[in-house]
Amino acid sequence: MSTTTIEIKTALDATLHSDTDADKRSSVEVTDYNNRQTVGKITVDHPKMVCRNVNVYYGAKQALKNVGIDIGINEVIAFIGPSGCGKSTFLRCLNRMNDTIVACRVAGQIKLDEDDIYDKSIDVVQLRARIGMVFQKPNPFPKSIYENVAYGPRIHGMVNTKAELDELVRASLERAGLLKEVEKRMNEPGTSLSGGQQQRLCIARAVAVNPEVILMDEPCSALDPIATAKIEELIDELRENYTIVIVTHSMQQAARVSQRTAYFHLGDLIEVGETDQIFTNPKHKLTEDYITGRFG
Amino acid sequence: MQSFLLLTLILLSVGGYYLGRNRAFAVAGGQIRHLHSLPSFYGSYTALWCGLPALIVFAVWAMLQPSVIIDLVVAGMPPELRNLPPDQLNLAINDLKNLVSGNIVSSTPDAAMLDAANRYRNLQLIGNASLWVVILTLAIASAAYAWRAISPTLRARNRVEQVVNLLLILSSTVAIFTTLGIVLSVLFESILFFRKVPITEFLFGTHWSPQTALRADQVGSSGAFGSVPLFAGTLLISGIAMVVAVPIGLMAALFLSEYATPKFRAFAKPALEILAGIPTVVYGFFAALTVAPLIREIGAAIGLHVASESALAAGLVMGIMIIPFVSSLSDDVINAVPQSMRDGSYALGATKSETITRVLLPAALPGIVGSILLAVSRAIGETMIVVMAAGLSANLTANPLEAVTTVTVQIVTLLTGDQEFDSPKTLAAFALGLMLFVVTLILNIIALHVVRKYREQYE
Ligand SMILES: Nc1ncnc2c1ncn2[C@@H]1O[C@H](COP(=O)(O)OP(=O)(O)OP(=O)(O)O)[C@@H](O)[C@H]1O
Ligand SMILES: [Mg+2]
Repeated sequence: MSTTTIEIKTALDATLHSDTDADKRSSVEVTDYNNRQTVGKITVDHPKMVCRNVNVYYGAKQALKNVGIDIGINEVIAFIGPSGCGKSTFLRCLNRMNDTIVACRVAGQIKLDEDDIYDKSIDVVQLRARIGMVFQKPNPFPKSIYENVAYGPRIHGMVNTKAELDELVRASLERAGLLKEVEKRMNEPGTSLSGGQQQRLCIARAVAVNPEVILMDEPCSALDPIATAKIEELIDELRENYTIVIVTHSMQQAARVSQRTAYFHLGDLIEVGETDQIFTNPKHKLTEDYITGRFG
Repeated sequence: MQSFLLLTLILLSVGGYYLGRNRAFAVAGGQIRHLHSLPSFYGSYTALWCGLPALIVFAVWAMLQPSVIIDLVVAGMPPELRNLPPDQLNLAINDLKNLVSGNIVSSTPDAAMLDAANRYRNLQLIGNASLWVVILTLAIASAAYAWRAISPTLRARNRVEQVVNLLLILSSTVAIFTTLGIVLSVLFESILFFRKVPITEFLFGTHWSPQTALRADQVGSSGAFGSVPLFAGTLLISGIAMVVAVPIGLMAALFLSEYATPKFRAFAKPALEILAGIPTVVYGFFAALTVAPLIREIGAAIGLHVASESALAAGLVMGIMIIPFVSSLSDDVINAVPQSMRDGSYALGATKSETITRVLLPAALPGIVGSILLAVSRAIGETMIVVMAAGLSANLTANPLEAVTTVTVQIVTLLTGDQEFDSPKTLAAFALGLMLFVVTLILNIIALHVVRKYREQYE
């Protein structure tokens, strides 16, 4: 872990534990709870994904309202917010996993590089190969460890020979920091691994198709602190090659792994900013309430 | 008369229920929370005390009364009747019963018989009257006992639940004992059969011709009991049925669980299951009157000889019948594969068909195999369709265009019509039944085992 993240953590702890820090309180710009305009800078210099006016409905119920945000290249961006505020929903918009929910309707514009991902000409299968996803609960297929990782490369025809596939599987496991632990047991079922190992297997599985963006929905919520630390470390390393969007309920985790943070509240994107600014110096009252533990 | 007594008993119990409940209210001083159990349990407690002991006595009495009366009547008969040999005495007693109930009698009754009949009637009257007295007294007395015993500390709920528990145990054992009884009786008859026909001939003989000679000089009745052609025929027809049912059923299941809209599924799944509700006899005449002639005509048109009762016709129709078994069970196991597996696959950019063939089917395979095995045992035991559409001739052939016969068909033909119950011909039916039972039992055990193993996979 880098020194910057440790600093952020200290700063965060300070925020969480100081009640009388008056000058920080004064930095809040929006004190009106009913103002749901996104505050902070939603754009970045080198965006990987650009989302504008995203509205999502489950049947008649609106789950997301006018969300607009950029996701930068090779950055880790964290989505935080109280339960039910639409973080998962937004994440699932980014790789069109919402297509599998019959009642779900997405309006607005989401671009990956220059392509509108909801355009008719986009093949959702290829899109999901470019945007990988890791779920809250580890969900390895009931196949061997090897087959779990080989699944993606096989269906996308990414390799020509068995040797290439072997190499790719090993490289992906290595990237996910799992190779050492499973080298000797590649043919055992993926479900025989521990929870933390399973989650890293799922990350290896996502990495194997060489995506450009990796979406993670509370990837550590089912794991113990040590497994969590491993995955956080992993996220830090993966940032060099991938753009990562992570949903988390742990503000410490958001502070440790992300560069930018977005705070959602009841379907609205309330605030976006640099992670250390959000945690030390929130601009919206709602954000401040949430990170200081007065809401949630 | 006795049903009227039963009705009275039920009414008494209902009355007991209300009395008990009211007393519970009364002893609690209107405060239900002072009671150990809810008032309705006190009611049930009283009702059970009122009904159960009386019912048990009633059942025992009703069982014993006829024989006791007979004994008494016989004891009072003149010595020349009483000392008849047992079989003649039985005849006389039968006559007596017929005389009493006013049926036709084998000989004109003499004075002694008329006298005995009179006493029989009298005894019956006395017996019934005392039954009423005893039952009603018992019911009221035990109800009164229970009613008096009601107090806030009486654990009425526990007592009632004990009785209910007992009832549940009894009900569950009924099925077990029935099965056991059937198996034992079939086993017993089969052993009788194997005394007359060597078991090796039955298991490995290839010639089936169950007509045994009644007279030594009778022609054309060899009495051969080789069951191989029957099992071969069963296998052939079941095989054809599975070839039809497995792919169609599986694809239907896949369509229903993965492709169909919820609306369509809500309509199509019950519709498919109705197919399982059509009586097999209807499938039977469908097979015999529509499908078999059709196949024969098609065969004739392309120059093939097809028997009018072909294995193909029976197998096809049986396959149709079995489709819902395969589809409904497979649909359930495919649905039981967690959504997270699908999500995981889709998120990697897999298409629907890739997800189905590479993730869902392998994951659901054990369950699908289980459902197929259950369908096979259903096919093997199926009778009506094959009786109507498969032949009677025990051919040992693998050609589906020929007529074959099956185990179940032979059992039916062996036992229909007038039969002696100790001829090898009749007993052969039991041996066949036993074999069939063993085969389906093994299939079912394997299927259940496989299905159970599958269940554990996601836990
Ligand atoms: N499949 C669905 N059908 C209908 N409504 C849904 C569905 N999924 C989510 N919702 C609704 O959309 C809203 C946002 O849900 P979402 O799962 O995105 O919340 P979240 O921020 O991820 O919450 P959590 O932190 O608890 O995971 C909720 O009100 C939820 O009830
Ligand atoms: Mg969520």
